[in-house]
Amino acid sequence: MNQKLMLLGDEAIAQAAIDAGISGIYAYPGTPSTEITEYVIQSKEAKAGKIRAGWSTNEKTAMESALGMSYAGKRAIVCMKHVGLNVAADPFMNSAITGANGGLIIVSADDPSMHSSQNEQDSRVYGKFAMLPVLEPTNQQDAYDMVHYGFDMSEKLGVPVLMRITTRLAHSRAGVVCIPSRPQNEIRLPGDHRQFILLPANARRQYKTLLLKQDTFEKYALDSGFNVFTDGENKSLGIITTGIAYNYLLENYPDRHIPFPVLKIAQYPIPHSLVAKIYNSCEKLLILEEGYPIVEESIKGFLNTGKTIHGRLDGTVPRDGELNPNIVAVALGMNDSRGKDIPSVVVSRPPSLCKGCPHIYSYNALNEALEKWSKGRVFSDIGCYTLGALDPFDAINTCVDMGASITMAKGAADAGLLPAVAVIGDSTFTHSGITGLIDCVKDKSKITIMILDNETTAMTGGQDSAAFGRIEDICLGVGVKKDHIFVLDPSPKHHEENLAILRQELEYEGVSVIIPRRECIQTAIRHHKELKKAEAMKIEI
Amino acid sequence: MKRDIILAGVGGQGILSIAATIGTAALSAGLYIKQAEVHGMSQRGGDVSSNLRIADHEIASDLIPYGQADLIISVEPMESLRYLPLLSPNGWLITNTKPFINITNYPEMDKLMIEIEKIDNHIALDADEMAKKLGSGKSANMVILGAASPFLEIDYSELKEAIRNIFERKGVEIVKLNLDALQAGRDFAEAHMN
Repeated sequence: MNQKLMLLGDEAIAQAAIDAGISGIYAYPGTPSTEITEYVIQSKEAKAGKIRAGWSTNEKTAMESALGMSYAGKRAIVCMKHVGLNVAADPFMNSAITGANGGLIIVSADDPSMHSSQNEQDSRVYGKFAMLPVLEPTNQQDAYDMVHYGFDMSEKLGVPVLMRITTRLAHSRAGVVCIPSRPQNEIRLPGDHRQFILLPANARRQYKTLLLKQDTFEKYALDSGFNVFTDGENKSLGIITTGIAYNYLLENYPDRHIPFPVLKIAQYPIPHSLVAKIYNSCEKLLILEEGYPIVEESIKGFLNTGKTIHGRLDGTVPRDGELNPNIVAVALGMNDSRGKDIPSVVVSRPPSLCKGCPHIYSYNALNEALEKWSKGRVFSDIGCYTLGALDPFDAINTCVDMGASITMAKGAADAGLLPAVAVIGDSTFTHSGITGLIDCVKDKSKITIMILDNETTAMTGGQDSAAFGRIEDICLGVGVKKDHIFVLDPSPKHHEENLAILRQELEYEGVSVIIPRRECIQTAIRHHKELKKAEAMKIEI
Repeated sequence: MKRDIILAGVGGQGILSIAATIGTAALSAGLYIKQAEVHGMSQRGGDVSSNLRIADHEIASDLIPYGQADLIISVEPMESLRYLPLLSPNGWLITNTKPFINITNYPEMDKLMIEIEKIDNHIALDADEMAKKLGSGKSANMVILGAASPFLEIDYSELKEAIRNIFERKGVEIVKLNLDALQAGRDFAEAHMN
């Protein structure tokens, strides 16, 4: 029997992947994509089916592992946030050339309005860049159904499929009807043993194959039923929506009757015939896209000599940020129903480091150790500790991308900014910090690196950290000198000795690594609770 | 029928347990639900909110349109005011009066109360104090939910059943604490509705 579950968009994707017979899920945590993999890790069905479920060191290793599973003929899904696809871009782009064997879906969760991100890049651009089919679900049910469809398409056409979601779908719950699960694939190697060898001669051939498939991709997008044209009596305007923008449009018509012709897009490449149909039958168009004005730009064309196209480019819709029902209402010329203003007495309440967080101590100690130098020499990274940028710490000066703390500090030190300090978390260090450290060792860079080791990936909810308990071994292994690696207890009772070490290493003209190590307060509380629960269970038995 | 509800609070205050209770009750009443949550960075002591939408017909948007929320349910007084642009002119504001102060420039309580009282339809109560009197400060969320219960258009019995289901595994005492908290909030609201 088909079962109806209340699921987050992320969870709908996860449940669908299990039901569609995946053999593995690979990911690095990143908001808003994390819950996909967490769901599979916790799923009893996944455990029973021996589905490989766990965290990879970064998105690139995740993508490559998934491609390897596809090579072996089994279905795999790989999940990341939008900026994670930058890290995985090399294998992602080349997977378009190798093609897939077992079904392969890449999920990239975009974060327009940057709720938890450093930019709002639109993963659909990557889909076009790689010339792969892209699925963009409009709701939780679509997300579920499209995973099944995506695996079928991936196996029939022999290509990876990109699924793009955005924050509001990822983190919103709704009822989802699930279908019975199907078995996993058996191991079956690619029929063409050269398919995955991208030597130039093979790659040229494979690339032509990909180019030849483009028409088929478009035909699939026409036939699948995910792209829907609905006619309307009022032809003064035609509306094209992509992804969840359709819901915001529909919300503005309580009787669910939209008087204008509407083209709802959820699968790419966009069928030309559908766009032609709405373009030719309407006086002008309004394009509603959650993300970059990609469809808008392509329909408008470089010279914009055709019909009037309204959207993000002409200011009808704001150029940046996520959409909502009111933005769409205003774009349609309806009244904005906005209520009372926020009273001026309300002040902002930015996120902050938790009470008892080890980073609080580390930043206070670092600030004190750096007192004798001018400000502006601390290069930081992506994680909870980025909150060190805010009051009362004001302790860091950069946060750019995963791992950039070490390499930017190196560049600044090379330029003569001494001392230069890098502050990076344990999980970010293994994600993308180690390679930078090797550069530093090779060049004998004059930098001090603090690896804030809270023994978890804290910001995304406490996932495993890849090098748990082995951070100093890694540093030693890549060539940092033993007498310049220090593990500290980041607590006030060790303040004097910690401060002395920090001051000494800031003066040292070479690579030094300082590792303040104490478990994240959130995971410590959770582990304490689990322990108490386990003990209580023992007593009951 | 539709109820669009903004749940408000500070990261870590547990507004999602209120959402889960209403959601469970609405599901067993056969209603459609959408509930958008906030995850990630803002959970670290920042302001958090959830959009909970319930209806007897399919729901389009995951986000509640501005000016159309029927209810703001807030476990913190300043946070209740942050979402006023979303509240419908006839909507109700249900808020805890116990401030959660984790910033240095938190406004004076009197000034917040003046703003809360400017809203025609409001219920303001010290849920923490009421919950403590009943035996556990932890059930303050359920006091707030109880105060919102007359406006939910969901049978009160369904809400009680949802609490029983959700807290069942924690034991009968916890279930009773939460049911008492729910009732106390409801009694307060019914006495202050007009």
